Amino acid sequence: MSDNLRFRNPELAHSIAEKIKTVAPKKGMVKFCHVCGTHEWTITHYGLRSLLPENVEVIAGPGCPVCIVPAAEIDEAVQLAQKGVVITCFGDVLRVPGSQSSLLEAKAAGADVRIVYAVSDAVEMAKHEPTKQFVFHAVGFETTAPITAVEALGDLPKNFSFLVSHRLIPPAMELLLGVGDLQIDGFIAPGHVSAIIGLKPYELFTRVYRMPTVVAGFEPNDVLMSIYMLLKQVSEHDAQLENEYSRVVKPEGNPKAIEMMKKAFTVTAGNWRGIGRLPDSALQLRPSLAQFDAREKFDVHVTEGKDINFGCECHLVIIGKIKPDKCPLFMKACTPAKPVGACMVSSEGTCRVWAKNVAAQA
Amino acid sequence: MCLAIPAKIMSLDGAKAHVDFGQGVLREVNVSLVEAKVGEYVLVHAGYAIQVLEEKEALETLSLWNDVLAAGQE
Ligand code: SF4
Repeated sequence: MSDNLRFRNPELAHSIAEKIKTVAPKKGMVKFCHVCGTHEWTITHYGLRSLLPENVEVIAGPGCPVCIVPAAEIDEAVQLAQKGVVITCFGDVLRVPGSQSSLLEAKAAGADVRIVYAVSDAVEMAKHEPTKQFVFHAVGFETTAPITAVEALGDLPKNFSFLVSHRLIPPAMELLLGVGDLQIDGFIAPGHVSAIIGLKPYELFTRVYRMPTVVAGFEPNDVLMSIYMLLKQVSEHDAQLENEYSRVVKPEGNPKAIEMMKKAFTVTAGNWRGIGRLPDSALQLRPSLAQFDAREKFDVHVTEGKDINFGCECHLVIIGKIKPDKCPLFMKACTPAKPVGACMVSSEGTCRVWAKNVAAQA
Repeated sequence: MCLAIPAKIMSLDGAKAHVDFGQGVLREVNVSLVEAKVGEYVLVHAGYAIQVLEEKEALETLSLWNDVLAAGQE
């Protein structure tokens, strides 16, 4: 993969930045939105915003799957842990605040909560400890949901089930278009979600909303290139769906993964932290897999939780309305060591990304 | 969290594969979601290969860039 270097090459970055200047409008603001924590990381880490003309802005939408899990679903995990079930999860999920407590706090109080790198690790644990009940808290967008599907449709031990908190990205993008004063001029669509779902789900944005949309990879030059492609469309009053990340994203996505998802899940309405309820935006295990659905198995159903702590502006950060440094708590009361809101917890959260990169440069 | 990293498939055994992320250390990943052969590159997310990477497609991205950068320079 020696080509990798090209995707990071600073000279190439500067020539793309030059091209950007030639197509950027001479007056008026242009605002593009991405919906991926890794895009935000690339943009802040490589200081890409400083390469853009002043009137070209890139904002971060709801691109952190951990940040948008509502408190009620963390509460469900905490309740299960308190019932003596072993909770397994990705590391990022551990410190996400619930209404009263995070899984980390539940662990400190004696619950058995374990971090795993892959779902299969959790399944192995369950096989080795057959007298205990294991639940995997399945968090993630379309990139991650097929993996849960593989395991749910596979050979699971009886003492294993899922607490599913998967969410779908296109409904969140559609929501952003309805936020009156955001006024987005184009989408940078998430590369690894698209590797699964392909291009079709984005057609809605170009066809119905006339919104330029470019699927982008994660190297700095990928992101710059996607901004150039969007600006070019804007200058030509065009609204096309383009694929900058064709080395990974195929038009049809990953058909096998899509089929597994369809076999394992039904699509339903879901709550998003800081956003509220979005129709057709969440996944639920099919009734035929109910024995692996922890909510059914242990009768745990929390419908309301406290999503936003007092003073936290996560609900505005998540939809790109404000940048983290506009939150009065940013790097004061709220730091990566002592996060107040979910956006400061996950390594993909916008506040956390800013804390690491922006504050380090200051 | 949607982070995914390319790795080369070194050996295959049903749904399991040993892959190399470039440091020469072999890791086990699940390949149920892809049709990949030994020697090919896959994109790995949380222990599962989610897409096969073809050199042709990598080159395609680069040629797209070259086209775009070349256009307008005339
Ligand atoms: S800096 Fe902390 S308190 Fe402020 S919005 Fe971000 S997570 Fe919430």
